[in-house]
Amino acid sequence: MSTTEARVSSFLRHWEASTEAPAWLRDLKSRAVASVEAHGFPTTKNEDWHFTSPAPITEAAFDPMRASTTAPTAADLAAVAFVPDAWPTLVFVNGRHAPHLSRVRGLPDGVRVMSLASAWHEEPTLVERHLGRHARFEEQALAFTALNTAWMQDGAFVSVPANVTVAEPIHLLFVTDAQGAGGMAHPRNLLVVGTHARVTVVEQYVTTSDSGYLTNSVTEAAVGDGATLTHHKLQREGRQAFHVGHIEATLGRDSHYVSFAFSTGAALARSNIYTALAGEGCGATLNGLYMLGGSQVSDHQTRIEHAQPNCYSREHYKGVLDDASHGVFNGKVYVHAIAQKTDGKQTNNTLLLSPDARIDTKPQLEIFADDVKCTHGATVGQLDDRMAFYLKSRGIGAAAARQLLTYAFAADVIETIELEPLRVELERLALERFVA
Amino acid sequence: MLTITNLTATVGDKQILNGTSLTVRAGEVHAIMGPNGSGKSTLAQVIAGHPGYEVTGGSISYEGQDLLEMEPEERAHAGVFLAFQYPIEIPGVSNAYFLRTAYNEVRKSRGEPEVDPMDFLDVMAEKLKVVEMDEAMLQRSVNTGFSGGEKKRNEILQMAVLEPKLAILDETDSGLDIDALRIVADGVNKLRRPDRAAIVVTHYQRLLNYIVPDFVHVLAGGRIVKSGGKELALELEAKGYDWLVGEPATGAVTA
Repeated sequence: MSTTEARVSSFLRHWEASTEAPAWLRDLKSRAVASVEAHGFPTTKNEDWHFTSPAPITEAAFDPMRASTTAPTAADLAAVAFVPDAWPTLVFVNGRHAPHLSRVRGLPDGVRVMSLASAWHEEPTLVERHLGRHARFEEQALAFTALNTAWMQDGAFVSVPANVTVAEPIHLLFVTDAQGAGGMAHPRNLLVVGTHARVTVVEQYVTTSDSGYLTNSVTEAAVGDGATLTHHKLQREGRQAFHVGHIEATLGRDSHYVSFAFSTGAALARSNIYTALAGEGCGATLNGLYMLGGSQVSDHQTRIEHAQPNCYSREHYKGVLDDASHGVFNGKVYVHAIAQKTDGKQTNNTLLLSPDARIDTKPQLEIFADDVKCTHGATVGQLDDRMAFYLKSRGIGAAAARQLLTYAFAADVIETIELEPLRVELERLALERFVA
Repeated sequence: MLTITNLTATVGDKQILNGTSLTVRAGEVHAIMGPNGSGKSTLAQVIAGHPGYEVTGGSISYEGQDLLEMEPEERAHAGVFLAFQYPIEIPGVSNAYFLRTAYNEVRKSRGEPEVDPMDFLDVMAEKLKVVEMDEAMLQRSVNTGFSGGEKKRNEILQMAVLEPKLAILDETDSGLDIDALRIVADGVNKLRRPDRAAIVVTHYQRLLNYIVPDFVHVLAGGRIVKSGGKELALELEAKGYDWLVGEPATGAVTA
């Protein structure tokens, strides 16, 4: 048995084929197990993991995360997470739905927001139609997605019927408490947005403890024709934690997918956001901000597949890296031969606050159509001297000017968030972090 | 208030100021004119403390202090203000936050209490009127996406908020239409007081119809080659600068 196989088997040690699940789901899970066993975990030899070694995760051992017997209180959550009262919220503690902390009410008729465990029974048709249909896993680079598929038991299910607009954002809050130490959780979320529907979903990952654990989440989204899904992710795991998150969205004709990925947590984090622009005239807006310190590693990989003509993609990721932190941005854009008139733009800017901080940025454009507009640009730098002088000339001291400009660098991309309460909160977090 | 003596300054290997001398007393407005590349902007930037210029000789005394020994922010605290020729865009910082921070930093340096955001809005309401700017301007990022005229008005707004003792306007009139020019001039005129002074760097006589100077100086080749009253500006407008090039330096101006 090779080491890779040994590592894989340790992650599948307690796995058992469910006897209760319907046949299609048993089959999906078996295929996922078979895929992990066949491919093993990636190493830095795998192109998709070239800059980030998953070894700190794959060489560790995690048991399935224990349920919490002393679930956090609402006050505990408010101390570590952003929890607006007005947002319908599903809370998951150590990977399990916590109904007493969740509150879902006041939603328009036909909107379903529930745990995936409930949706197996209540919405079997929709679940079967979409679960495992969007997030591929049958390759080595996607071993964690396969693991999630093998283990998945709970997570969030959101379904919005055609022509319905959901005014308040739906909040999915994933919490790991002290009893989750040493465990791995595999939250699985499914978002189904009907034709011409509009909804915002905020995924947030936090912890109430400072222990080590692994969150390995997957969210699949089906965005119907003419629909808009705004999908924000806040990764605020503990500094000892590992986070691997995979989002995969399929976009219908004339639909819009708007995403903001905010990442400040975890010792090592990998966040994939994959979008398939599968209908004509649709588009994806993928923005993000990572603010790292200490020896944190945070890797963002986006994949935009232009599979139809007249689609757009807009992407702007920014990073502020301090101490000996390491950021990775890999932006893949595939433009199929049929996808004429594609309009794509990708930007990645990183501010290095320390000589020991490091960024690997890799735009990756593969274009097979001949009538497209695709641009990309990346900058890595320090603070702008001209801006600093301008501030100083107005009486703002050197240290304060530096803080303000660092904040400004981050706030510039936060400003793209249309959801005001979230924008204000992230500005506050950035201000708190950079401005004394 | 300000005494510049035999100032020499370089940027990179290039000497720009070649022994500039100038005296500005409280209550006075001095206009500095001159052909392109004569060192007008350099002089303005050196007074403000721009790190890109190296002062190689001479001195600047401001209210009895050695200005060249002071950091740019200390100069601002002491009442020196430069309205930039090319105001800098700072995406991500709202104009309101920027102005309030600057206002409070200057107040702190004088031992005055800081002003909270609500009270500051009251301060701003009045200042916005001076430059005929909308309150919405305060929520936009500093100068980001502003038109040329908006940027210049934003400089004057900052000046109105900080109420400097010595205001230096570096070609603030360039590129402005007549309405914007009048707004800028009004902003400067409203600040005029017997204990304050201004240096107006300009390429055109036009601005001086609105901000009437006490003295006009011609800077050429990094030195002041001619000084006079406001009528000198009209003469320059009519005759250009060629007749002055080659005239000996007039040295420190006393009037």
